[in-house]
Amino acid sequence: MSINPEPVAEATAKPRSQFDFAWWWDRVGILMVLVLLVLLMSIFAPNFNRVDNLLNIARSISVNAILAAGLTFVILTGGIDLSVGSIVAVSGVVAVMAAIAGVPAPAAVLIGMAVGGACGLVNGLLTAYLALAPFIVTLGTMTFLRGLAYTITNGQPIVSSDLNFKDLGNGYLLGIPVPVIAMLAVFVVAWFVLERTRYGRHVYAVGGNVQAARLAGVQVNRIILSVYVIAGICAGLAGVIFAARVISAQPTAGTGYELDAIAAVVLGGTSLVGGRGRIVGTLIGAVILGVLTTGLILLNVQFFTQLLIKGVVIILAVAIDSLKQRPELLSTLFGRGHGPFKS
Amino acid sequence: MDSPLLELTDIAKRFGATIALNNVRFDLRSGEVHALMGENGAGKSTLMKILSGNIQRDAGMITIDGKPVDIRSPRDARAQGIAIIHQELNTVPAMTVAENLSLGQEPRNRFGMLDRTRVLRDAREKLARIHADIDPSRPLGSLGIGMQQMVEIARAVSEKARVLVLDEPTAALSRTEAQQLYAVVNRMRDEGVGLIYISHRMEEVWQLADRITVFRDGTYVGTGTRDELSETDVVRMMVGRSIGDLYRHEPRTPGDVVLDVKDLAAEGLGPVSFQLRAGEVVSMSGLIGSGRTEVARLIFGADRRKGGVVTVNGKPSHPVDPSQAIADGLAMVPEDRKGQGLFLDHSVERNVSISSLDQFVSGEVVQNRAVRQAVLQQMERLRLRKNAIDLPARALSGGNQQKVALARWLLRDSAVMILDEPTRGVDIGAKREIYELIDALARAGKAILVISSDLPEAIGIADRVLVVRGGRIVQELLADAATEENVMRHAVGASADYQTPNTGAQP
Repeated sequence: MSINPEPVAEATAKPRSQFDFAWWWDRVGILMVLVLLVLLMSIFAPNFNRVDNLLNIARSISVNAILAAGLTFVILTGGIDLSVGSIVAVSGVVAVMAAIAGVPAPAAVLIGMAVGGACGLVNGLLTAYLALAPFIVTLGTMTFLRGLAYTITNGQPIVSSDLNFKDLGNGYLLGIPVPVIAMLAVFVVAWFVLERTRYGRHVYAVGGNVQAARLAGVQVNRIILSVYVIAGICAGLAGVIFAARVISAQPTAGTGYELDAIAAVVLGGTSLVGGRGRIVGTLIGAVILGVLTTGLILLNVQFFTQLLIKGVVIILAVAIDSLKQRPELLSTLFGRGHGPFKS
Repeated sequence: MDSPLLELTDIAKRFGATIALNNVRFDLRSGEVHALMGENGAGKSTLMKILSGNIQRDAGMITIDGKPVDIRSPRDARAQGIAIIHQELNTVPAMTVAENLSLGQEPRNRFGMLDRTRVLRDAREKLARIHADIDPSRPLGSLGIGMQQMVEIARAVSEKARVLVLDEPTAALSRTEAQQLYAVVNRMRDEGVGLIYISHRMEEVWQLADRITVFRDGTYVGTGTRDELSETDVVRMMVGRSIGDLYRHEPRTPGDVVLDVKDLAAEGLGPVSFQLRAGEVVSMSGLIGSGRTEVARLIFGADRRKGGVVTVNGKPSHPVDPSQAIADGLAMVPEDRKGQGLFLDHSVERNVSISSLDQFVSGEVVQNRAVRQAVLQQMERLRLRKNAIDLPARALSGGNQQKVALARWLLRDSAVMILDEPTRGVDIGAKREIYELIDALARAGKAILVISSDLPEAIGIADRVLVVRGGRIVQELLADAATEENVMRHAVGASADYQTPNTGAQP
């Protein structure tokens, strides 16, 4: 009966005899970058290590990190969402207007998130069911929603000094800034959904190979639709937090934030092609960007120079990430070894 | 006697702890086709990569015309007149045939602009050299895969190749396309080119090769002329023992009808009607483009139907999406394993479990331990090593990848399994295992539809053969009564009721 009792040899895991750069980079690489960065900053930047400064950093990254968490879902399916920055503005504006109109704080926050979700729904419907390219769809909605924010506010900020949900941006809970708690909550939920649920596996499957996912019974359109809704809800929350932080509705809020969020996701090791990446990486990516920004300010580096440095860091991180593909590339060429492995 | 055109002596190569090649040898004379055979992992590809300069040997000698040469890069290999046609095509579909042929060496006119007339003229010459009748101004992507391969060969040959390596060239070709390729191979041999032919198909090796060399597990097993060796000899050399009749199975007794397809139709397809019984293996045979895969996709809800009634175990099945077909008890392993079957970057565990997660969730939360347990069980059943569970599918051989694709549906325990080209690109040992699995599944009461371009296989493993032409089933044969000739006769329409595929497609 048995013809080939020795299963084909190459399925055996190759002993990790040599130093496997890709393997290590996948697991701890980006974290090492962060540790190194923090070390450098604590040595050279005065006051960097103080608890209040660290909490400040945490608070300052929360908006970008929440955007990046939602975007991670989209990018894992191989999509992209450029509209999240504009959603920040629209949802912030709507939430502030609702609060001014007398809506209680929790409801105003939920309304802001719902507005974000609705914007995401439009992105998702156009991308999934009309099969339009997400880059173009969200470029369009990005412009449209920015226009909408200006139109609603007549181009003027709406300031409301007694904004009922301003604690969401400025308050503390057990000594921790509320936005940081919101950010951590978002990441815990996102981690759980991506790593532990069937839905999360389906998200990875769609990004890994959309045709195979469909033939394996994944309802691809629903998954694609849903990730844009998730990105929208996250952007809505980020918009509400931003409005609470500045205690006003700004039609210009979140301009360019989509790019910072994408940078955080990519820095965190998620492939823009989809199917590979980790939500934890996104958090680390966002923290790196935040530490870099604050640290450079503490070091009195000029704003222009800050941009130069941030640009270089992003390119460097992506370059290392692509470099790690090399050994894999080589081993597939040899047809024997195996490359880095994620999810 | 003259020294051979190419001689490889005592070639060794190791990757880390793995010995890929252990002092193998191989030689090639001008004007011969020398087949290199062996299971996946035998070392054929590694040797060819050394020959093409993609990787370096650890030890051994390469001589051309008796003179030692050092091949350090693909450029060196080309300079020595060595050309390799890989399984994956290396051309640009959006460009014309002529543009592809001049890729990287575009002729310029005196203004430094692309010389279009010369591009076309050169292309015609190159195509003429291999006697390929292809219009060089057509976009490459508009040609069939066989013709695209001809273009690739024309490109390689135009570099004055003396040694041409063909790595499983017919894996994706229809029978007619393969015949055209054989003609080119024969012509080039007559012109004095030495050809190394890597293939899993016994039939074509016997048709083409002058000599056959077999590798096993990175070692040289032996070489013989076509007359000295029999198919049985070669199989024994490849697997290290006799494999018996590849397709042999005990008679099966089909039970009740499980899948009932009536007048199934789509644009340019059908109406198709047939039945599949429990415990029965039915193969669907026909030329590439005859509509076999389309019928399968239609049943599976992957494409839109125009009409017809399909029932599974008596219940109507009208999926608009594969997920519904799966819920109805259907399963399909697609023909394009890498493009449509697997998630190459994802682990074996994820690849196998993806379609059965509903069995392992409480709420939406996946019970990881139970999933692993179940996946391991299927892997064991398919003789996949346990420690492969966390490897990305990409790291497995073709045969093992196919087992992963099959494991997905074994785990799901679907009532009807549609297997599209289940043994394509799979070595002979894994092939035999897959046949045994198909037989075992049928015996366990599954209804199995196999689509295969390999005629002996299509007939050998099945109880019945459905011949498809022009999007319709034109003939049903009992496997015992079917021969390659009569299946082929119906497949090409050379019977009394001759119809061209086009008119055959009209309802």
